[in-house]
Amino acid sequence: MEMQKLYLLVPLAPLFGAMIAGLLCRVVPRWVAHTAAIAGVAIAFIASVVIFRDVMAGHTFNGTVYQWLTSGDVSFEVGFLIDPLTVTMMLVVTFVSLMVHIYTVGYMHDDPGYNRFFSYIALFTFSMLMLVMSNNFMQLFFGWEAVGLVSYLLIGFWYTRPTAIFANMKAFLVNRVGDFGFILGIGLVLAHFGSLDYATVFDKADQFANVTINIWGTSEWSLLSVTCILLFVGAMGKSAQVPLHVWLPDSMEGPTPISALIHAATMVTAGIFMVARMSPLFELTDTALSFVIIIGSITALFMGFLGIIQNDIKRVVAYSTLSQLGYMTVALGASAYSVAIFHLMTHAFFKALLFLGAGSVIIGMHHDQDIRNMGGLRKYMPITWLTSLVGSLALIGTPFFAGFYSKDSIIEAVKLSHIPGSGFAYFAVMAGVFITAFYSFRMYFLVFHGEERFGKAHDDHGHVAHDSHDAHHADDHEGDHDDEEVSADHHHGLAPGQKPHETPWVVTLPLVLLAIPSVVIGYLGIEPMLFGSYFGDAIFINGEAHPVMEELAHHFHGATAMALHAVQTPVFWLALAGVVLSWFFYLKRPDIPAKIKHAIAPIYTVLENKYYFDKFNEIFLAGGARLLGKGLWKGGDVGVIDGMIVGGAVRLVGWIATMARFFQSGHIYHYAFTMIFGVCALLSFWLLRA
Amino acid sequence: MSGMPLLSLAIWVPIFAGVAVLLTGADRNAPLARMLALAGAVAGLLVTLPLYTGFDLTTPQMQFVELVSWIPRFNINYHLGVDGISMLFVILNSFITVIVVLGGWKVIENKVAQYNAGFLIMSGLLNGIFVSLDAMLFYVFFEASLIPLYLIIGVWGGPNRVYAAFKFFLFTLMGSLLFLVSLIYLFVQSGGSFSILDWHQLPLAAGQQRWIFLAFLVAFAVKVPMWPVHTWLPDAHVEAPTGGSIVLAAIALKLGAYGFLRFSLPIAPDASHELAGLIITLSLIAVVYIGFVALVQDDMKKLVAYSSIAHMGFVTLGFFMFSALGIEGALVQMISHGFVSGAMFFSIGVMYDRVHSRKIADYGGVVNTMPKFAAFFMLFSMANAGLPATSGFVGEFMVIMGAVKFNFWVAAIAATTMIVGAAYTLWMYKRVVFGDVGNHHVAELTDITPREFLVLSLLAAGALGMGLYPAPFTDIMHSSVEELLRHVAASKIL
Repeated sequence: MEMQKLYLLVPLAPLFGAMIAGLLCRVVPRWVAHTAAIAGVAIAFIASVVIFRDVMAGHTFNGTVYQWLTSGDVSFEVGFLIDPLTVTMMLVVTFVSLMVHIYTVGYMHDDPGYNRFFSYIALFTFSMLMLVMSNNFMQLFFGWEAVGLVSYLLIGFWYTRPTAIFANMKAFLVNRVGDFGFILGIGLVLAHFGSLDYATVFDKADQFANVTINIWGTSEWSLLSVTCILLFVGAMGKSAQVPLHVWLPDSMEGPTPISALIHAATMVTAGIFMVARMSPLFELTDTALSFVIIIGSITALFMGFLGIIQNDIKRVVAYSTLSQLGYMTVALGASAYSVAIFHLMTHAFFKALLFLGAGSVIIGMHHDQDIRNMGGLRKYMPITWLTSLVGSLALIGTPFFAGFYSKDSIIEAVKLSHIPGSGFAYFAVMAGVFITAFYSFRMYFLVFHGEERFGKAHDDHGHVAHDSHDAHHADDHEGDHDDEEVSADHHHGLAPGQKPHETPWVVTLPLVLLAIPSVVIGYLGIEPMLFGSYFGDAIFINGEAHPVMEELAHHFHGATAMALHAVQTPVFWLALAGVVLSWFFYLKRPDIPAKIKHAIAPIYTVLENKYYFDKFNEIFLAGGARLLGKGLWKGGDVGVIDGMIVGGAVRLVGWIATMARFFQSGHIYHYAFTMIFGVCALLSFWLLRA
Repeated sequence: MSGMPLLSLAIWVPIFAGVAVLLTGADRNAPLARMLALAGAVAGLLVTLPLYTGFDLTTPQMQFVELVSWIPRFNINYHLGVDGISMLFVILNSFITVIVVLGGWKVIENKVAQYNAGFLIMSGLLNGIFVSLDAMLFYVFFEASLIPLYLIIGVWGGPNRVYAAFKFFLFTLMGSLLFLVSLIYLFVQSGGSFSILDWHQLPLAAGQQRWIFLAFLVAFAVKVPMWPVHTWLPDAHVEAPTGGSIVLAAIALKLGAYGFLRFSLPIAPDASHELAGLIITLSLIAVVYIGFVALVQDDMKKLVAYSSIAHMGFVTLGFFMFSALGIEGALVQMISHGFVSGAMFFSIGVMYDRVHSRKIADYGGVVNTMPKFAAFFMLFSMANAGLPATSGFVGEFMVIMGAVKFNFWVAAIAATTMIVGAAYTLWMYKRVVFGDVGNHHVAELTDITPREFLVLSLLAAGALGMGLYPAPFTDIMHSSVEELLRHVAASKIL
């Protein structure tokens, strides 16, 4: 009973913080808002730690909080499932969220929407916790949409910026496309399993392994394949898999803390978590797993390419997030769910670190985000420099760092997998290693090393689109409680002669605290999480059909041995090659990239246009929808229905009215004549009948 | 409490209050008229609350029944009663009346007494529709309720009100006549009874059922409104004053849908099954076609009016899948739509009162000058787009869940509303609320007054409360819906 109250406390504490910061955002001073939000999330984190220890002691929980509604023989409930998978997510979410909350105190210091921002991120934490703690599909969907809402609100946080309010709508709508598949998948689960409760559904999964349904014509489809692919379409939206990835790069319009929290560490991994949670269903359908692994490898490879040509510091990290989400998806497709969750966890730490580091650089650079205007920042921002280096090393998979263990395990798992598509996936993840190392260190070298390019007039770089952070300032009439006037240093970019500066402790402390797990969590976690009994029954693997994890265990001889062995593998050398090449290109011979860019101009154009996904969507989908709407409205409603049918009826009535008016002439003799005529007609009718 | 004629009170308290308001006369007594109207509306709401607290969840039978002979010669009775299908609408209607009186408090300066009286009398008449168990009584209320609405549009409406009122009249006239003919036919067939409950048990041949069903369909489809007889609604909304739009969307649109459940399904169950495909097709057209039409509207009221039609498509779709999830989902959608569309129209009214334009292009950046309003409007927009934790989600979710079981492709087409509904709502929100201050009208806007805050809070409480905990609403419905499904499953052909 005590534990159950604690479960409830985890999501409700951030919600309470969000309500204080949000509903009273005009009333309370800033310190109340951030204290309430931070306290809420801190309580959730501490409670999660306690629950973690309890779960590790073997106490899992699956129960209902309240019955949402019943209808017919179906009952929808709000409830919690507390098992190792849930508690892992709870820890990741609350820890990263707490770091981001603290960081925000510094990052949003001058923003008039300070209180509102805290309310949103605390609300996000609540929603994300509801998502991961759910014990049924309905609540999962609730959390799923709620995090989408908060993401929408936060991308559009600076609501006077046209790019931001376009990006947030785009994010919401693209996610809705995924949700369209997701809700149909949930519908199929309910229709065939008769319940939306995880435990009930998973228990029955075996019985449905060979059930087919008739979806189209006479062809029979495996129920589980269709269901799992539809559920995965939802994951493609939330976890930004090709072709539903288009919203994530644009989401960088939001303030940097939420890029770290929502669009890197937690929300975008909801799809990965969901598939891992549904492992008892996905394990029974190779078709769906194959679909998953192919989509994942396309994302991992092709989104990496785009990272190479980005010049906005946040966008580089965003494309690396897309690529890493592809890695996790590949792991899911290879039936290595625990590896996917492991990579999700390590990625949450080092990617949040990289984003917050990027944010720290942005503060230091006075809101210039163009890496071509940076260089040599290590002298001025030592903590940011070192922590970003740790993050980058973790990201590219340097042995002993967190990312190494998780990424290397993914690559090994894919190698062992026999799912159709795993061959391509293996190529994609191997190539991805090189690309990741290349663009990560391209950014690292351009920002922290080399020539100091800031403080110069750099109009020629045209960093107009994405970095007008101060635009909202002048126009924000709303004004929180202690709205201060626009501070003098809040223009974008450094003035000539100005130097970057290290950020205050509230910004650097989270960097340091995130750097620690980015180094050690892989070493500590790999043995229990991948090869021990850490996840227990939370993840199901059909060992006979997909023996990947079992075989992987054979090759594993401890975390130290794994790291030492790495230097003998091509993975290590690929990563090293990427780093060396970027060093050579961007520090040693900066003239070469320009030449290459010129030489491969057509390819470069394709990359610059992000494979034309946005153009296609804008012209065909958005434009097509508007055209269709116009056509149906003007043609259907106004033309046919109103014009011909209603208009015809109106003309008919009009004609009758004209006739009637003819009789109401106002002349007595007309009326008299009509009366006499009427009497005659009635009389003759009566006489003839008789 | 049980001895009180609660349903009669639900009808006559607002009507007498309306008459009393009318007696205050000219506009120099406007403050008195407003106070009286508010008192009447609140009293009208209070007398309906015992319906909820005293409701017996275990029985599908009619409750709070009142039966008095009215016109003995034709066996017409003053026969009232509610079940799990109708009861919530009585409370919703009485609640919306309070909203409307509060909403028009400062806005209506002209013929204040008449305006408020119109809404109070209409409230009573609408309650009459939901509680009538005698077909003639139903018909009288059904037609009489149009008169106040007609007058409200005609007197307090916009510049094109005559066209709108005429179009509205034309559409409903056609339906009403066929409806009356079928009622008389059923009276003859049943050997001289106007009792709706008797008709439920009346055996009818397949052909008879088909004709009755189609006649009812014409009457109810116009009211819902279903595609293609929906074009009166956007025009009526655009011309109606805010209060008129709220009642029209929140309550009047529910009458047709209620008619399907009270008349079409139980009286002609075989025809209902036979013609379900037709209704489902029309419903899906409403969801998709109207969704796209809503996308390109440049007038906010028209946009929300079209979105209402799409949402009502979910209602008729839910009914004709003949499952508990479908029908209860549709009923939930009806009640939710009462809160959400009412709130959307009120929100548009709040902006219209300040800027005197409904054109999206005349706005932009409203959040800069009306942040509190923007927060409410965001909530209702999200509810309109069916976001979980708002009432807009519950009905849509239930109907989609029911539809997947019924037919996967029906569900897939219906579920497109998740995308299209979000697109038209959020695109409007973006253009109206977000961005830089669009023009000097927006720059001069003042945020919502305490009165508007109260109205929006009440509606928000409804939308959120129902979204977070819909069980109290669906619990009311279970017995009656189960009984209806049992009834509809059995053939009535002799």
